[in-house]
Amino acid sequence: MSGAAIVMMLVAMLIIWGGLALAIVNLRRSPDLPHADEVRRDL
Amino acid sequence: MSTTPEGVQDGAAAKRGAFSSRQVFIFAAIGSAVGLGNIWRFPYVAYENGGGAFVIPYIVALLTAGIPFLFLDYALGHRYRGSAPLSFARLRKGTEGLGWWQVGICFMIAIYYAAVMAWAVRYAMFSVTEAWGDDPEGFFFGEFLQAGDPGVDATPVWGVLIPLLLVWIAIVAVLLLGVQKGIGRTAFFFIPVLVVVFGILVVRSLFLPGAAEGLDALFTPNWGALTDATVWAAAYGQIFFSLSIGFGIMITYSSYVHKHTDMPGSGLVVGFANSGFELLAGIGVFAALGFMAQASGVAVGDVATSGVGLAFVAFPAIISEAPAGALLGVLFFVSLVIAGFTSMVSIVEVVISGVRDKFDMTRKGATIAVTVPMALLSLVFFSTTSGLYVLDILDHFINQFGILLVAVISMLVLSWGLRVLPTLGDHLSDGSSITVGAWWRILVSIVAPIGLILVLGLSFWEDVKTPYGGNPGWMLAVFGWGAAGAVIVFGFLAAQAKWRDPEILSEVHINKKGAES
Repeated sequence: MSGAAIVMMLVAMLIIWGGLALAIVNLRRSPDLPHADEVRRDL
Repeated sequence: MSTTPEGVQDGAAAKRGAFSSRQVFIFAAIGSAVGLGNIWRFPYVAYENGGGAFVIPYIVALLTAGIPFLFLDYALGHRYRGSAPLSFARLRKGTEGLGWWQVGICFMIAIYYAAVMAWAVRYAMFSVTEAWGDDPEGFFFGEFLQAGDPGVDATPVWGVLIPLLLVWIAIVAVLLLGVQKGIGRTAFFFIPVLVVVFGILVVRSLFLPGAAEGLDALFTPNWGALTDATVWAAAYGQIFFSLSIGFGIMITYSSYVHKHTDMPGSGLVVGFANSGFELLAGIGVFAALGFMAQASGVAVGDVATSGVGLAFVAFPAIISEAPAGALLGVLFFVSLVIAGFTSMVSIVEVVISGVRDKFDMTRKGATIAVTVPMALLSLVFFSTTSGLYVLDILDHFINQFGILLVAVISMLVLSWGLRVLPTLGDHLSDGSSITVGAWWRILVSIVAPIGLILVLGLSFWEDVKTPYGGNPGWMLAVFGWGAAGAVIVFGFLAAQAKWRDPEILSEVHINKKGAES
């Protein structure tokens, strides 16, 4: 692989997979609400 | 049942079904977004449109159109708590037709998408014995599909009919189980399985000789591409078609989410997970294509392809050449089946949900009423010798002049006609980890429509100039322009029908996030 191809592959991985990691971290910081009162029935 | 908004909405959740947690919803949404397009469309689109340089328009399209549009769909479903037609009707009665237009599109897509699933199921089995011998192309079109000349022919192809019937039985079974037990659990189990199975495929492909040349072809940047409008259109088109946005799926799924859930935070995870899988697919597919090119002594560009040609012609050739090819084949086709199945479930659910809400039906009743005619049409059109041509035309026209057109129009109606973006933005921001403010309104009302209109315009021009795929004019008129037009007519006619329970349109059902409680 050429240098330019390796760099662009790493850039794509960093932005996309890094973005996914950041999105998960962000979401974990805002906890899912417990909703025990909720009716969970599938009709 | 309580008559407070809170009580009414809990009652509705019990009646319509709901995802048990945010996590289940995210898996279901990823299951819908990650489909065949991630595996067989993205790698080639990236390769054709600048290689490594495509990363830039792709990310720009994801951030300026994909994720903002995803948020728009989420806001509609989560606030108005209904299927696509019900959400639009609760927003403003006159827009209900847009929802039915989306339902019509899903109906059309489901009937041919199932056929591709059926082919993939058969090919997972063919991989074990490499049944295509030394002529994968001749085998696929001749022996397997028995495709004749373009036209319509009713001769059944049993090798497709039986797996197609099985695919429909599996879809009906999942949808009969309901939102959480059916849709939620299926995605919660199969999405991790897909990542593992596809991950093994990628690692295996990377160790094949020639893999590095494949990756080199995919990632070598052609910076000149960045000044080409068609490359930007390809990026917006890829993001748009890949994310399952604009045709009712995300509206439907987010109507099943608890009313205080952080939707924008969840949307970022879904958007990046979808692109993350696409990137993984690009690496796996091009590593395998690099091996193929080296084995046949040609350039990677000579073997690179997409869609049906990639999955059912190029991959079988790779499987035949590669050491332990059968394993590679099973991994590849099982991945296609899983990715397609969870998307297919979401497409059919849009139709079921719309019919349920309108006619106040039980899940069982609506599922049977919707899936039986769909399955029959699917079997009639796609298990015959002319299936391939009809499928190809329908897919192209429904994508371009169905999904894309309804998306652009609904975006413009919501942002410029009804001017509801501030309300929807506030709804999303309330209690969320991300503030959906002016930046979002600008992207949804100006930037994303420009990007999508560019894609639509280029595609329209192309289809007017040259008959798609060189097919006969009458076939394009019926299965192309005709089908795309028919769903619009259907949408606006369906909106004229009365709601069985008119109370369903009442404002008490709208999720105002506990403002009144």
